[in-house]
Amino acid sequence: MAEQSAGEAAAQPQQAGSKAGPVAGPTPRRETERETGPETRPEQGAGPRPATPPGVPTVVVDGLHVVYRIYGAGAGHGSATAALRRMLLRQGTPSVHLVHAVRGVSFTAYRGEAIGIIGSNGSGKSTLLKAIAGLLPPDRGRVYTDGQPSLLGVNAALMNDLTGAVNVILGGLAMGMSQEEVHERYQGIVDFSGINDKDDFISLPMRTYSSGMAARLRFSIAAAKNHDVLMIDEALATGDRDFQRRSEERIRELRKEAGTVFLVSHNNNSIRDTCDRVLWLEKGELLMDGPTDTVIKAYEAHTGGS
Amino acid sequence: MQDTTPLAALAAAHGLTVSGARPSPAGYARQLWSRRHFIHEFAKARAKAPYAQARLGQLWQLGTPLLNAVVYYLVFGALLGSGRGVPDYIPFLCTGIFVFGFTQSAVLAGARSLTDNIGLVRALHFPRAGLPLAVTLVQLRQLVLSLAVLAVIVVAGGAPVTARWLLAVPALALQTVFTAGCALAVARAGARTTDFAQLLPFVVRSWMYASGIFYDLSRITARVPHAVALALAANPAQVYVALVRYALIDSVTPGRLPAHVWPLALIWATVAGCAGYAFFWSSEEEYGRG
Repeated sequence: MAEQSAGEAAAQPQQAGSKAGPVAGPTPRRETERETGPETRPEQGAGPRPATPPGVPTVVVDGLHVVYRIYGAGAGHGSATAALRRMLLRQGTPSVHLVHAVRGVSFTAYRGEAIGIIGSNGSGKSTLLKAIAGLLPPDRGRVYTDGQPSLLGVNAALMNDLTGAVNVILGGLAMGMSQEEVHERYQGIVDFSGINDKDDFISLPMRTYSSGMAARLRFSIAAAKNHDVLMIDEALATGDRDFQRRSEERIRELRKEAGTVFLVSHNNNSIRDTCDRVLWLEKGELLMDGPTDTVIKAYEAHTGGS
Repeated sequence: MQDTTPLAALAAAHGLTVSGARPSPAGYARQLWSRRHFIHEFAKARAKAPYAQARLGQLWQLGTPLLNAVVYYLVFGALLGSGRGVPDYIPFLCTGIFVFGFTQSAVLAGARSLTDNIGLVRALHFPRAGLPLAVTLVQLRQLVLSLAVLAVIVVAGGAPVTARWLLAVPALALQTVFTAGCALAVARAGARTTDFAQLLPFVVRSWMYASGIFYDLSRITARVPHAVALALAANPAQVYVALVRYALIDSVTPGRLPAHVWPLALIWATVAGCAGYAFFWSSEEEYGRG
């Protein structure tokens, strides 16, 4: 824990500089009006926006519910006789299991913010990001975004049978870069990922990469573009210390370039180093939404991690 | 609708849009156009991948169709004698196999195009129709290569080069539109039900045997009821194969073409192209879910 507080102290001045207004304690389960400053604190719902808005909102999540429907979760699924009997008896899929993963989450994210999302395993963090990215349909509520958010997750494999070089080019083009842009940034992406530090790995198929190398290359590709909204799901956990430091730097740069960054992580240090606002999810509900230190302290007190 | 909540009003005031909403059909086409380089590069990478580990490498792009043609010639031409009464049987057979093979491979690969690239779909945002369109391009490239080899062989054998060869261009263009539509449709079906990809090869193979690929269709149409004969002749695979044969093979005279073959080719391309596009588009926001 000693090194944790050291990291915290090191990160402090920079965060304080980027933050406007006094730290206004956590605002549990409400849309946050951070950065509005004390004079515009009234929060009576639909009231007119202040003349000088706190910033440009990039993501508005409005009463979001996400429900997974899992078919055939019951016994007998997958066995041929069971499948045949279902077809013969004209029964539908026997059991539909509902998992209510996100329950009524609302918040507003502004341009230039880096928002950490914390919570225990299965608390709905990744689901929330997927819903923001438009990959999961909301059951109730809406997600509004400025442009197309990009979600970068650990599970997001690119094309394993193709070389790293081809993946860099295809990934860039798929994100909407022009051919010239991709060729211009190609070397930068490869250097950033550090894939070629040991050997000429970039010209080998991605299936030969270690999981850490693949995660690094994915992050490097996604971070090469200036996203309006970039969401990173545990992507930094796999890289080595040196790469983590570089990627944290890059996240700060992305924020300066007027984007919004979401970061899911179980590493409170990397949240402290990169984020100035934290959402704490538990059982699909937004438990706390506020400045990093306050929320992480409360989270650590809750989990007994300190 | 729900635009009454304060947050919705805030979103509307700043011009935010609902995440994951699909664009209009025209907007979707524009998105696809803006990603044309991606589709092209993806097709290029995919065309090379299957042969990347072979010693002969990209030579297999020519070797595979030729070996196929040899096998079919031995079975249908030499053993079963399907080629009796067909002049220029080798170019007749090869054109049929290559042209049908284009639609066949593109449809089979299309059905798997989303499930095979699920990682890409979940990681990055791009119009998903790019994937089935790219696999169609891969197979079109393969077809052009195969036909070029065939042309070299035929010309070396003494066949004349005529202006009629140019007709192959509109015929193949229409077939490409038809095939792309089919690939889009099966891509959606294959993404929803994975069982579909298991069943499809049998469907496509039955289609091949019902088309006049190895034999001259007139041998069958003479013996069956008129309605069946009409249906067999209107089969899109039959239509496109007949057109390319007419364009490339000197001994296929206009009289041996089925009736109304050009209008049929155009109608099939339009119907399959539009229906496949609309069918795929209407499910755009659901690919990669789960």
